[in-house]
Amino acid sequence: MDSTPQPPKGAKVRTSSFRRVRGLIALPVAALILSGCTVPSFGAYESDTTTGRSTYHLWQGFTIAAIIVGGLTLGLILWAVFRYRRKSADAIPKQTQYHLPLEWFYTIVPILIVFGLFAATVVVENKVTAEPKADVTIDVNAVQWGWTFQYPGTHALITGQTTQAPMFEMPAGANVHFELTATDVVHGFYLRNFNFSRLAIPGITNQWTFHAINTGEYFGQCTELCGLYHSIMYFRVKVVTMAQYKAWIASFNTPEGARAAEAAALATKQQLDSIIPTHPTTNHGVN
Amino acid sequence: MKLEARILLLLGLFFGVMAAVYWFWSKETAGSIMIFAGMLLGFLPGGYYWWWSRRMPVRPEDRDDGSLEEGAGVIGSFPGSSIFPFLLGMGAFSSVLAMVFGIWLLIPGLGLIMWALTGATAESRRGGQY
Amino acid sequence: MTDVHEHVAVVHEDHGDHHGHEEHHGPSGLLNWLTTTDHKVIGMSYTITAVIMLVVGGAFAELIRIQLMSPNGTLVGYAQYNELFTMHGSVMIYLFAGPFAFGALANYVVPIQIGAPDMAFPRLNALSYWLYLSGSITMLLGFFTAGGAANFGWVGYAPLSNAANSPGYGADLWIGALLLTGFSAIFTGVNLVATIFYLRAPGMTLFRMPIFTWNLLVTGILILLAFPVLTAGLIMLFADRHFGTHIYEVTGGGVPVLWQNIFWFWGHPEVYILALPFFGMVTEIISVFSRKPVFGYKGMVFATLTIAALSLGVWAHHLFTTGTVLLPFFSIMSLLIAVPTGIKMFNWIGTMWRGEIWFSTAMLMAIGFVITFLIGGLTGIYLASPPLDFFAHDTYFVVAHFHSVVMALVFGGLGGLYYWGPKMTGYMLDERLGKTQFWIMFIGVNLFTFPMYVLGLEGMPRRMAVYPHDIQWKTMNDLASIGGFLIGISTLIFVVNIVYSWKRYPAGDNPWDAGTLEWFTTSPPPHHNFYRLPPIRSERPTWDYNHPDQKALAHGHASQEGSH
Repeated sequence: MDSTPQPPKGAKVRTSSFRRVRGLIALPVAALILSGCTVPSFGAYESDTTTGRSTYHLWQGFTIAAIIVGGLTLGLILWAVFRYRRKSADAIPKQTQYHLPLEWFYTIVPILIVFGLFAATVVVENKVTAEPKADVTIDVNAVQWGWTFQYPGTHALITGQTTQAPMFEMPAGANVHFELTATDVVHGFYLRNFNFSRLAIPGITNQWTFHAINTGEYFGQCTELCGLYHSIMYFRVKVVTMAQYKAWIASFNTPEGARAAEAAALATKQQLDSIIPTHPTTNHGVN
Repeated sequence: MKLEARILLLLGLFFGVMAAVYWFWSKETAGSIMIFAGMLLGFLPGGYYWWWSRRMPVRPEDRDDGSLEEGAGVIGSFPGSSIFPFLLGMGAFSSVLAMVFGIWLLIPGLGLIMWALTGATAESRRGGQY
Repeated sequence: MTDVHEHVAVVHEDHGDHHGHEEHHGPSGLLNWLTTTDHKVIGMSYTITAVIMLVVGGAFAELIRIQLMSPNGTLVGYAQYNELFTMHGSVMIYLFAGPFAFGALANYVVPIQIGAPDMAFPRLNALSYWLYLSGSITMLLGFFTAGGAANFGWVGYAPLSNAANSPGYGADLWIGALLLTGFSAIFTGVNLVATIFYLRAPGMTLFRMPIFTWNLLVTGILILLAFPVLTAGLIMLFADRHFGTHIYEVTGGGVPVLWQNIFWFWGHPEVYILALPFFGMVTEIISVFSRKPVFGYKGMVFATLTIAALSLGVWAHHLFTTGTVLLPFFSIMSLLIAVPTGIKMFNWIGTMWRGEIWFSTAMLMAIGFVITFLIGGLTGIYLASPPLDFFAHDTYFVVAHFHSVVMALVFGGLGGLYYWGPKMTGYMLDERLGKTQFWIMFIGVNLFTFPMYVLGLEGMPRRMAVYPHDIQWKTMNDLASIGGFLIGISTLIFVVNIVYSWKRYPAGDNPWDAGTLEWFTTSPPPHHNFYRLPPIRSERPTWDYNHPDQKALAHGHASQEGSH
């Protein structure tokens, strides 16, 4: 009923408190600008793919926003808790219930923040889900509890299960297109160093593109619960130069290579139901 | 009662708008149907309350100045105690176990359910006065 | 002050009810417990059962934490580990958090808060409890069957949950248990909505209801929207397992990801079904112990309704990595949930602001809730962003996020027990033990969740019985385990506190000088709750009655406030 602005006294005090709030926001932002590109990683991995890097930068942005908002909120909570301890058991404070301008403030500002975060999300999301022209295609199939990596148009076939941690190769500096599916239950294809995961779902083929920046060997795991040996459903990827990759693929095209690949596939298939390790070997980590 | 109706109708309306946006954006059936059903679940009770709210006097609990004396009178019939919820629950328990351990458990299960349903209904008819 | 004895006395103690009148002296004996329709006895039964389930689920959690203290944990094998985390999640979500949220304190407090003599459908209410109890027994029976309990995760993703991949009784018992507890929840939802719509005392308009009751009204509506979907999904799952349908199986033309859609269409509203009652408890506690009305009461109600409205449009943020959902829609809907949640957060702070805060155990628990929930809420925002979800999905980051949230809810629930316990039993809990419990638990919770965030960022997937040595995950897992053990110890202190304080400190009608109606009646309340009622002219009738000169201040007066 009476929402007209109050006499200058109240207004003035409000401004000063707003200034203090602004100072709180400005400080970390200024610190970040001063520190330039050395924005901390906040525990995440910078990633070895272009899309992974974009995700990593999004992570940094979100974390900075979270630290500012969270720090401010936590500060307000702790201030209220320590400042307004009761002095006597029967003291009754002013029974304030509403402060509309303030309530509007903390409704509208979060909406603006949310749309900012959403805009950043959409930009990165479009990069991550983009499907540029592929230089190499790899078909991935997940089964309980192993992986098959096939290179269409070649004889290359990598397969293995649980702690065998099958290792497939892909070239750096090229667009590598993945097609992922599963034969039995839902699995999760997860490469921590690429900041990426996708579910492997029976009947659905999921597609995405990696553009690796550096060469290296990385460790991956199944992330979606897929039954008994979910914990040890490992795989590895070796990122090599294009020349090395071409030589590696060509090795499958010789009769010996093709035969070796077929034999390996057969052996794995036979193994699938027979030998399951009771304990994982432990030497299949990163690098 | 108008406010109660309005809350449900507005929720239903929101779900309706959301269902439309979602359908035209995604063309995904399962989710669209589920949100659409959510809209109906808002409109169904909301419409019922709205219909009644126009046909009944404003209740004392809907008025800012409602006084306690206005609420005096019989407000309903509450059985002080009843064994039938327990029997019904055990019937349901037994029927669910029949899904797992063998169909024969349906015999005590459905038996208890029938007994409880008739018993509870008879209990209401004996005790209720509206 | 009017004596309104007749308002409640007119309620019929009907028909050939042999012990109807003895019941006024409180239930005693097994038969009375089996036949009761009193919302207070049912609420108490719910509370005790749910706390037992909390201890059971907590015991599973401790076993999980022991297993993970070494990379090659040998406490349990792979199969048992899968059963353990499945039952930990299932017991905690289906048998503790939900029933505790909308069955226990809600059942006890909501009718009293609105001046009603009982729930609208007392016998349906009793049925809800019996279904809940038998559902709990059904689920735990799985451990005593040959194949063991269900082991496909508490989300039961098809096709892992089909007959070929999960044969055995455990899975069927899990489905049966969810059918029973699902119907129990639906009946409770019906009851809550009908009670709040029809049984309010005169003058108790919707906008004079305490926030706790408001939140349970919205919870009730959400239950009615969400739970039927789960029940339908479970029946289809059961048909797939036993009647040869192929709804979730590719081989017969089915779609596995349909289960995920159905499950999370229930599952995400369920998160708010769990959370809103605890938000309500915390709102009441903070208001009472700051000795101020709820700051931004109407904004709080609006925020709660907004959460309900948005909750039907966010389920697929659990499905971002399936590659089958519309990413931007679910991203913005999920992000928007942060806005009403933020409003609540600032309203809690605003309620404390310039108050006279009394640090009782209940208030400490509420502050523990606010801080823990702040962390859980902020990390949830990351997961609403699809690219960030791609890299955190199914890792310990997610586990840490929702454990921050649910441990916040446990703080809220414990605060609720310390706050309403005196009303329910007539006796206070020991404050010294309570504060000890709080501090051990607060340290434990943070020591438990923070390492898990780090583990998630280091790439540790969830649901791992073993993990590789050479990725240095052991230290963080050890820290998390220590935190987990501290939480366990704090729970034991709570049990000790209940035993120690048994009938030790009489509470009186209104030990906290609280404002809502339940503090106007006796502790524990009489059979139909009230001998008399105060006039209801605000959302704090008891406060207005006790402090007639301390009414809540309207907008105009208020705008000088909040500026200091």
